[in-house]
Amino acid sequence: MRPAWSIIFFTTISGLGLGLAGWIVIGLLPLMTPASVMGVGIATLALIGVGLISSTFHLGHPERAWRALSQWRSSWLSREGVLAVIVMAGLAGWFAVAYRGGYVPFWANLVLLGLIYVTVYATSMIYASLKTVARWHHPLTPVCYLMFAAAGGLLAVLAVLAILRLPITAALAQAAIVLMLSAWGVKLAWWRVAGMAPQAGSIESATGLGALGAVRPLMPPHTEENYLQHEMGFVVARKHADKLRMIALLLGGAIPVLILVLAPASAGALAVAVLAHVAGMFVERWLFFAEAKHVVTLYYGETA
Amino acid sequence: MTMLPEPSAIKLGLVIDLDICVGCQACVVNCKEWNTAGYGAPLADSDAYGEAPSGAWLNRVHAYEAGDGGDSRTVHFPKSCLHCEEAPCVTVCPTGASFKRAEDGIVLVNEDWCIGCGLCAWSCPYGARELDPAEGVMKKCTLCVDRIYNDNLPEEDRVPACVRTCPTNARHFGDLGDPNSEVSLMVAARDGIDLMPEQGTKPVNKYLPPRPRRAADEAPVSLVAMAEADTPKGFWKWVDSTLDRLG
Repeated sequence: MRPAWSIIFFTTISGLGLGLAGWIVIGLLPLMTPASVMGVGIATLALIGVGLISSTFHLGHPERAWRALSQWRSSWLSREGVLAVIVMAGLAGWFAVAYRGGYVPFWANLVLLGLIYVTVYATSMIYASLKTVARWHHPLTPVCYLMFAAAGGLLAVLAVLAILRLPITAALAQAAIVLMLSAWGVKLAWWRVAGMAPQAGSIESATGLGALGAVRPLMPPHTEENYLQHEMGFVVARKHADKLRMIALLLGGAIPVLILVLAPASAGALAVAVLAHVAGMFVERWLFFAEAKHVVTLYYGETA
Repeated sequence: MTMLPEPSAIKLGLVIDLDICVGCQACVVNCKEWNTAGYGAPLADSDAYGEAPSGAWLNRVHAYEAGDGGDSRTVHFPKSCLHCEEAPCVTVCPTGASFKRAEDGIVLVNEDWCIGCGLCAWSCPYGARELDPAEGVMKKCTLCVDRIYNDNLPEEDRVPACVRTCPTNARHFGDLGDPNSEVSLMVAARDGIDLMPEQGTKPVNKYLPPRPRRAADEAPVSLVAMAEADTPKGFWKWVDSTLDRLG
């Protein structure tokens, strides 16, 4: 599948923002002063919001994007949009209450936390629900998205704590390490299990000509690449897939974990860890699209 | 509304006879011609006369080779929207632009609501949807909804453009929900098939597989023997017998 930059940016940045917000609403980031509430609040909402806005850049008609909030009963993309709007409104309220020094009731925090992770789940289900892309249509796909939101979010929490000169407990740093390693563990499992999944069907079932014997494409239906091949037949990444996976793992997982082990209290080092993680996630998300094969390519002679 | 309606009694669709199609591309061209001036925005091309021409087409004809050796054959394979009963392109649409008509099962796009996100094209296993390069909205086969119900056209023209233009009668249009319709009888008689049944889309359009070869086990007919009459008549009989006598 063709990797659209706006979508990669959206899932990475919004995912990080949502993960960060999840830890904030359960009180992991003690925001003592109105200034820190304001700063962290704006940063968190900006991450989620900028990601969402960027997701509209690949649309043919961005000005109609609001219509995408209407079909939540059947469409995961619509659900994602609706949930994101609700979460952003809820978070804005949460930060407003915190800014005035008030307390958000425990149950409301739990509801907000739930909505945040359901939003991330909805993002992943836009892809995981597509039966036409066998590599996405796997139960581990949403697990990857959820784990990376949690792990990236916790890493961001540590960076913010260090920047605000608040104490970081050893337990918190350890939790961040464990979460980051688990997230990449799930991703490695996904690469092995889902990421290599063969297509459902074959050129024989696609054409229904299997009864005659083996089927080979003879002539394409046009002389140039068409929309379907451009959109669904992206092959650039496959050549370098192994190298790119290593780069994703190194930037997104190894460097952040190393920094968490060596310098868990340094604001500068943790900021680098967050940036490395985001860069690694860009590569990971790019591969997620670029390596996925669409079943329509069977008609164009793609095997397995 | 992107919830699928209850399956309609009338299921309009196409039956495509792979035994007959000669791959002339006339249906492709007539589809483009009709739909560039019909329902919705024109069906655009980009760089049509340049280095890398591209464009949105609603019907494309592939060609395949099937089988091996003497029994292999070339099969021309037209592919357009199959107007699936369980259309995944409808339920994934976030805006309600993609819909399946409750009255006749035709899958359409409301181009005024479409945001051009492309998710419906991703969800379609058949590659039936293409984004218009100029308009930024999703285009797809409308089953020529602006022909089949059009009282301004003579009755014989009230069929999809691809069906009307096919010079070999390889494409048929009708109600596949009615078991006694001409198209349904054809499907029953020829064991019509669904494409990619494993995708669970329940396509309405059916394909008639190439007919089995007649007497595939017999030796091929000798063309030389056909050309030579074994018992000459008249003048040639006299020439034959005279030459025989000359030894």
